Amino acid sequence: MALSRRDMLLGGAALGCSAAASPLMTPVAFADVPGDNRLVVIVLRGAMDGLDVLRPYGDPFYAGLRPTLAAGGGADLDGFFGLHPALAPLRPLWDAGDLGFAHATSTPYRDVRSHFDGQDVLEAGVADPKGDLRDGWLNRLVQVVPGAQSDTAYAIGRDRMLILAGAAEVAHWAPEAQLDLNPRTRRLIELVHDGDPLFEQASAEAIEIAQQIDAEAEMTEALEDQIAADPMMGEIALRGDHIRLAEFAAGRLRGASRIASFSLAGWDTHNRQGQHLPRALDRLAAVLLTLRVGLADHWDRTAILCLTEFGRTVRENGTLGTDHGTGGAMIYAGGALRGGRVLGDWPGLSDFDLYDGRDLMPTRDVRAYAAWVLRGLYGVKPSTLAGMIFPGVDLGADPGIVR
Amino acid sequence: MFDPVIAETRFGMGLSPQQPLPTGVEDMMVRLAGPDLAAARFPIPTYDAAYPSLGQLTAVSRDRNAARRAGQDDQAEQLEQERRDMLRAAQVLQQQTLAATLARAIDGEDGLRERLVRFWADHFTVTARVGGSSHLVTPFVETAIRPHVTGRFVDMLMVVTLHPMMLLYLDQTQSVGPDSRVGGGGRRGLNENLAREVLELHTMGVAGGYAQDDVRQLAELFTGLTLDEDRAFWFRTEAAEPGEEVVLGQTYGPTPQLAEIRRALFDIAARPETARHIAQKLAVHFVSDRPAPDLVAALAEDFMATGGDLLSLVRTLLDHPAAWAAERAKVKDPFSFIAASLRALGVSGAAITGLGPRILRRDFVRPLGLMGQPWENPVGPDGWPEEPEAWVTPQGMAARINWALSVPRRMVDRLPMPMHFVTDALGPNPAPAVVQAARDAPNRRDGVAVILCSAAFQRR
Repeated sequence: MALSRRDMLLGGAALGCSAAASPLMTPVAFADVPGDNRLVVIVLRGAMDGLDVLRPYGDPFYAGLRPTLAAGGGADLDGFFGLHPALAPLRPLWDAGDLGFAHATSTPYRDVRSHFDGQDVLEAGVADPKGDLRDGWLNRLVQVVPGAQSDTAYAIGRDRMLILAGAAEVAHWAPEAQLDLNPRTRRLIELVHDGDPLFEQASAEAIEIAQQIDAEAEMTEALEDQIAADPMMGEIALRGDHIRLAEFAAGRLRGASRIASFSLAGWDTHNRQGQHLPRALDRLAAVLLTLRVGLADHWDRTAILCLTEFGRTVRENGTLGTDHGTGGAMIYAGGALRGGRVLGDWPGLSDFDLYDGRDLMPTRDVRAYAAWVLRGLYGVKPSTLAGMIFPGVDLGADPGIVR
Repeated sequence: MFDPVIAETRFGMGLSPQQPLPTGVEDMMVRLAGPDLAAARFPIPTYDAAYPSLGQLTAVSRDRNAARRAGQDDQAEQLEQERRDMLRAAQVLQQQTLAATLARAIDGEDGLRERLVRFWADHFTVTARVGGSSHLVTPFVETAIRPHVTGRFVDMLMVVTLHPMMLLYLDQTQSVGPDSRVGGGGRRGLNENLAREVLELHTMGVAGGYAQDDVRQLAELFTGLTLDEDRAFWFRTEAAEPGEEVVLGQTYGPTPQLAEIRRALFDIAARPETARHIAQKLAVHFVSDRPAPDLVAALAEDFMATGGDLLSLVRTLLDHPAAWAAERAKVKDPFSFIAASLRALGVSGAAITGLGPRILRRDFVRPLGLMGQPWENPVGPDGWPEEPEAWVTPQGMAARINWALSVPRRMVDRLPMPMHFVTDALGPNPAPAVVQAARDAPNRRDGVAVILCSAAFQRR
């Protein structure tokens, strides 16, 4: 084929359709995929302090509980909540209605406040750590989405993503991975595992994905150039693993993939949170903007959920940080979602309102928000949502997140 | 029961054409109880001997800043140069200690000891919190972990919990009793991090039944554990919360003193929940993610009966039939994969410690990261994952295949014939699929790589 990268990009633009619709760019025919909506779930590992990210400065107790952390102010969003200054680059998304929050939310996990159990519960989508932790709720979603292929859902990065583990076939890759084999060695590697399914599948997938990514190298480069040149990226530094993750996710989602998940670390701010949290938020803002720009025309059909295992104590601790808590915030973004607002019933921060006398009281199960997003994006039935994907979740009223 | 190939793979660092197979559990235990030959052969500095120390790194920055403030530009410039030299030395030491750790694993008669050191270093994970001090992690392991893997659990727990690396890693140096003199009436206060992880990860386990209030009380009891201006251990009485603390029903205090903290650690280490947690972790690490309940019970019982004698615990593990199950349910983590590959190739430890920094980075540091195990840098205090699924991912396999294709030929003069190598790597009865692949390989490089990438080699 003599089509150059430029031709393809121009052609896509001229036809008013996406590059992903070109059969040249993906081995999976466009008609086979489960609809056009995209879902990205970002797991914020370490417990993001929702009270610092989305500051309830309208609550009369907030300033007293956060004497140093609240001092920096924050941009007003709605007269009650303010946005952490480090998320200022996302303000245009908020103004466009493409960024929103749910506050005072959490998984059903309570009391022991272990990161590791908390993340398991979040990713498994179950009620408590004694539940079934063998598969993740995004995998169970893939099981019910019609027409799902092996590359419909992508777990990206080197971390294990329980959220996508399970019976449905999903793809795994890290942006920095590569593999270049001659056909004969490839054949030997396919045979040598002697029926061990774990090794056979991982090897076969490695070989297949590496070939596909290799074949798309030019397109990937074009995408990176496009992201770098977009004025929306502002002063964001396009360096680091988090940028690679977001670029890779955008590239997959422009192609045949519809669901992607990866994690961002750095949220466990026991100590000098005023210095550490902005770094994590800088990365998160860069990731969301990279997805915004990278997904281009697909943005309007994209939903991004940023979830964390639990919130942090309402009071600053003795070391200018916060300890493990309960209620926190969910961040959502994407043109498919109705942003520009903060969802959730605010429980208040007086001593009587707190959970266990120390934490923000969760007023809604974060799984309910996620469930309603799945309903809106993929039409998943309430009985499936509450029975299989998030067992036992109280769906409650539709918060109307999906446009 | 005992099988020499399982002994070297499941409980050791892999087969080596240069090392005789162990003859039985007794043989393994005699080596483990005997002198630490590998440590003598490939030395790693102790924490106190490692250069630059935390104190030196801290002092040079402090002095430089003071000189800058005083306008002594020449002096400041000289100190900055000194600091840069220290950071370079630190980097070199970190690579040397990686090389020495690998050398001990590939060129030794006691793989079990190396595995235990890695198990316990992971149980008590630390990563560097002070900029430029990652080189101190392996010296920490050498000092706080290695001497204790055949000793008593409680001794290791004490040394580790009070160690500067752990106090920094889990924010204990910041924690201050709110009602202490340093706390200044609540101006500074508690940080729960170390107290929580001691209970959740190091001793009782998350299902151990402690309450949030136990975490809080233990955090109060831990106040005073900090470091002085040279980052050396300091029990600072004026930072310790006055009054009694009740942890798990036991009362400590009321006068702040280190002995009370030791008493609490001693009590927690002796609890049945701790015994069960350690038993479960040991069985999961060596045998299966779903270990036989009677194996875990036997280990827990031994832990309780001996007061946490770790040598006895290992013997109980090796004496148990479930430990020798034919099913190989575990997968070598990336470090073990690299070590076992070099061991099977007969690479000497001296060949590894003789490598330069560029090659160490290219062939070990970077590949470990790509395989998902960046050296001495796990994400959290729970260390590296146990599940085979965490390592055997497409991206992880791609990294292992790439390593197996590119690195072995650089480590030996001539690669072995695949048909010989298959028994070096897998023992006298290799899996037929691997033999077939070895026979069909177009050349030595591909043959060796395919054997190393096989499920048969990577499982244990």
